[in-house]
Amino acid sequence: MRVAARLPGGLALALVLALALGSLAAVLARSEGLGRVTPADWAAVRFTLLQASLSAVLSTVLAVPVARALARRRFAGRGLMIAALGAPFILPVIVAVMGILSIFGRAGALNAALAALGLPELRVYGLQGILIAHLFLNLPLAVRMILNGWAAIPPERFRLAASLDLGPRDLWRLIEYPMLCATLPGAALAIFLVCLTSFTVILMMGGGPAATTLELAIYQAFRMEFDLGHAASLAALQMALSLAVALVSLMAFNPTAFGAGTGRRADAPPHAGRLALWLDVFWLCACGLFLALPLLTVLLAGLPFLPGLGASLWMAAGRSVLVALSATVLALALSLSIALLVTALPRAAGRVIDGLAMLALTTSPLVLGTGLFLILRPHLDPVAFALPIAALVNATMAMPFCLRILMPELTTLRTDYGRLSESLGLQGLTALRLVILPRLRRSMAFAGGLSAALAAGDLGAVALFADPQYPTLPMQVYALAGAYRSNAAAGASVLLMGLSFFLFRAIDQMGHRDADA
Amino acid sequence: MLTLEDLSIRQTDFHLCANLSVPTGSLTAVVGPSGAGKSTLLSAIAGFVAPTTGRILWQGQDLAPLPPGQRPLSILFQDQNLFPHLTVAQNLGLGLRPDLRLGPADQARVSAAIGRVDLTGLEARKPGTLSGGEQSRVALARALLRARPLLLLDEPFAALGPALKKEMLDLVRDIARENGTTVLMVSHDPDDALRIADLTILVAEGRAEPPVPTRSLFAAPPPALAAYLGN
Amino acid sequence: MTTKFFLPMIAGVLAANMVAAEDKPVLTVYTYDSFVAEWGPGPAIEAAFEATCACDLQFVAPGDAGALLSRILLEGKDTKADVVLGLDNNLTAKAAASGLFAPHAALDVTYGLPVAWNDPIFVPYDWGYFAFVYDKTKVREVPTDFTALATSDLKIAIQDPRSSSPGLGLLMWVKAAYGDKAAEIWADLADNIVTVTPGWSEAYGLFLKGEADMVLSYTTSPAYHIFAEKDDTKAAAAFSEGHYLQVEVAAKLGTTPQGDLADQFLAFVTGPEFQGVIPETNWMYPAVTPADGLPAEFEGLIQPAKALMLPAGEADALRESATEEWRAALAK
Repeated sequence: MRVAARLPGGLALALVLALALGSLAAVLARSEGLGRVTPADWAAVRFTLLQASLSAVLSTVLAVPVARALARRRFAGRGLMIAALGAPFILPVIVAVMGILSIFGRAGALNAALAALGLPELRVYGLQGILIAHLFLNLPLAVRMILNGWAAIPPERFRLAASLDLGPRDLWRLIEYPMLCATLPGAALAIFLVCLTSFTVILMMGGGPAATTLELAIYQAFRMEFDLGHAASLAALQMALSLAVALVSLMAFNPTAFGAGTGRRADAPPHAGRLALWLDVFWLCACGLFLALPLLTVLLAGLPFLPGLGASLWMAAGRSVLVALSATVLALALSLSIALLVTALPRAAGRVIDGLAMLALTTSPLVLGTGLFLILRPHLDPVAFALPIAALVNATMAMPFCLRILMPELTTLRTDYGRLSESLGLQGLTALRLVILPRLRRSMAFAGGLSAALAAGDLGAVALFADPQYPTLPMQVYALAGAYRSNAAAGASVLLMGLSFFLFRAIDQMGHRDADA
Repeated sequence: MLTLEDLSIRQTDFHLCANLSVPTGSLTAVVGPSGAGKSTLLSAIAGFVAPTTGRILWQGQDLAPLPPGQRPLSILFQDQNLFPHLTVAQNLGLGLRPDLRLGPADQARVSAAIGRVDLTGLEARKPGTLSGGEQSRVALARALLRARPLLLLDEPFAALGPALKKEMLDLVRDIARENGTTVLMVSHDPDDALRIADLTILVAEGRAEPPVPTRSLFAAPPPALAAYLGN
Repeated sequence: MTTKFFLPMIAGVLAANMVAAEDKPVLTVYTYDSFVAEWGPGPAIEAAFEATCACDLQFVAPGDAGALLSRILLEGKDTKADVVLGLDNNLTAKAAASGLFAPHAALDVTYGLPVAWNDPIFVPYDWGYFAFVYDKTKVREVPTDFTALATSDLKIAIQDPRSSSPGLGLLMWVKAAYGDKAAEIWADLADNIVTVTPGWSEAYGLFLKGEADMVLSYTTSPAYHIFAEKDDTKAAAAFSEGHYLQVEVAAKLGTTPQGDLADQFLAFVTGPEFQGVIPETNWMYPAVTPADGLPAEFEGLIQPAKALMLPAGEADALRESATEEWRAALAK
């Protein structure tokens, strides 16, 4: 399966590195040298690491029982629940935060219930609020990644286990635990990196300046101090931190190749015992309610105002779809190229490339936007190319997620069918068309759906390029909320949520249509 | 005695029925054209496929309530019989204690089983480093350790060379005779059946026929079998 | 289906980029996003100015007000902007120090601002008082100054001075009113603050959801609810220390090749057509009070006894230490 892997992969990696490092270099070049890092900045570093680590660990650990329950139970609405798991992650953050506050906030449903029972108020603002919001946004992503790991276990393995009368604990030790060892570090790393650059959640839920992160310090340096040198040194610090974490986690954990099944459709894995059933029911209900209730409140708050939205909002939605689809194609091309490169290289070299590719996630959206603006402006009118640039930036930001989704399966594919393909002389595009794309179809569709939805909901990096004549839907939501029009903003949020979800679902479904494996 | 009582298995584009008994301690081959349902029949007996109607009985006891692992049988699949990340000894140990907490007595039994299939010295190897024949021996040794009265073979030796396959079949026969095990063996090769099976079940045209003596079946094959054999 | 849907859109984007090819001179005005939104002042103002100038007025909006100055500073001397509209008194010192802006032509106007305004570069177009807005049906005892607010049980949502203009305005408000005692006020306010949001819209959203009893906004905020939602339950609390001012300004770039047209626009900004649009689109006071007065919904708004505003240079010099003081007081 030598897919002439190195050239496209090398180009994709070069593009990502050019965007991540080039933008930082451009900002630095424009400044008068790196700025000083203040004691307040170091405090921000500590808090950033604290909240990102806690968020990552919490999200992945809690995702395990939920993914396990989903993997071994078959119930009505299971498909819908798995699809809906995409929803929180792809929501615009401000919409998600408002939904969470409807449940957990001071005036939220939970505190209303506590008050009715005469219990003290639950204070959500602070580190706990940040963790709840990050859990809400990232738990579903972790569940999906781990569920994919479960689905990748050959069904024969479960048959063998059943024929040997292995109990739940043996099943855990022999099959599930090794799979989790291969899946969890990648999922945790992705979430850690997302939370590292989290901005709106930290400010909204943090309760005050004790919760200050590097991303806020960068924002302040850009927007209030206009100190590009300070911004550049903070961004470099942020990048170095996350790169270190990425490399350590990719080096320290050794994903085991888990071997191929014969590609038969999986039965529901066997399960035992009433206690296990009740535990699964508990986890599914808890996770379902935790995720569904905030979404439901957003939906209910906005639905009445949906019909009143003007034509311009629907045009904006169309523009967002255009950006999302272009970004999806780009993100898949980038991540597949890099994944092919990583799996073609010796293990250690592959790890380093893998870590470097994650750089895209660690770049502050503000630095990326500003740097790109400085680079492009002498050559073209950034505003005229606002939408293509938005697609490119979004594709780069989505690529690391796609990479995390594709890598485990591609590794397995290479281990199991690499020699078969080579012996058949399958090379280049033929191998891609006949072996890789069909076998990766499910993962590709999931990654594509995620990219599309992320791009549709994104505001971050492209603000500097925004063309007011042709706003995207997230720009419109923020503009409405910024002009007292909270009702229209609520309606537009529902439109945005629906759009993101529809894109995610439609693309994700392509992986399941007449899939024979 | 293994009894399939008015058994019927229906799937979307597939149907198989059976009404037969297999005597205890016999070696019975299951032959028939590809796709006729030989593997499905074994899957039903092993508990992976639920029958649409009818019952499967062992010594008069209905197997339906038992999950696969608690049925009085061991099964060897075409492949995937071993966990690739466990050693030979661990894979065997699973036949005794799924939690692999093996006492000295258990260890001794594992060693004995390894010796019985002539693999002494390979205890610490992973399956990936073994030849196909050695992997089959490990799987067979585990079935030996589990000591269930019924052994189902779903063509586990199909990938082996003729000499190796004959060797494995003889080993199966010897172990089965030593332990009084009833063996049900799927095969697409008449020579396999003729070599070790006293009885043969013909599966064709949606039916599993009651077992008949192997030699007389192949001496005067019914039309369906004749068509399969190509004569 | 996809081609049918996307082709007209792509064509639309391309066509839009070619409109500029007409013969008329083009005046490029950088502003913030909500100014040019379809419900903002932008569309009416563009039509009115183009009717008099025989030119093409083009708005460019690179985000909110903070992004606006970032963009200008990044572009530097080769900026395409002729005029910038939407900086406020928190940003003018930084803007002036960049040396990118030029003095405007003499204007014959009388501003309705509560403070004297005679800046040679920046032309004010609207203004407002920062104030804590509350719901009259929920807040019974309305605090009349910061100390009363701090001792009350009321929960407030404020904006971060490190990321937003209102947040910085509040910082300067406390500083202008209390000077060296500002840190004590912040320490006392700490337990009243629900959370500190990145910008105005998030804080206002929290208030509307009921997460906070009061929100830092403007004395004019209730007018929007009266006008657009027929809702008169929102009110601003009058503080006896006085209220800090936000003044939004426009200015001409020194590099503009359209100097005369830019001055013509700045004069238009203070004229009746522009000023008449402001109250009910930007929900601020117009810099020049219209001859026939303000719209009805502005009538009942509170009128602060005292307007506070630090000179631009002084506010800019104070910003870093005041922010640190704020952070230290609240981070405990």
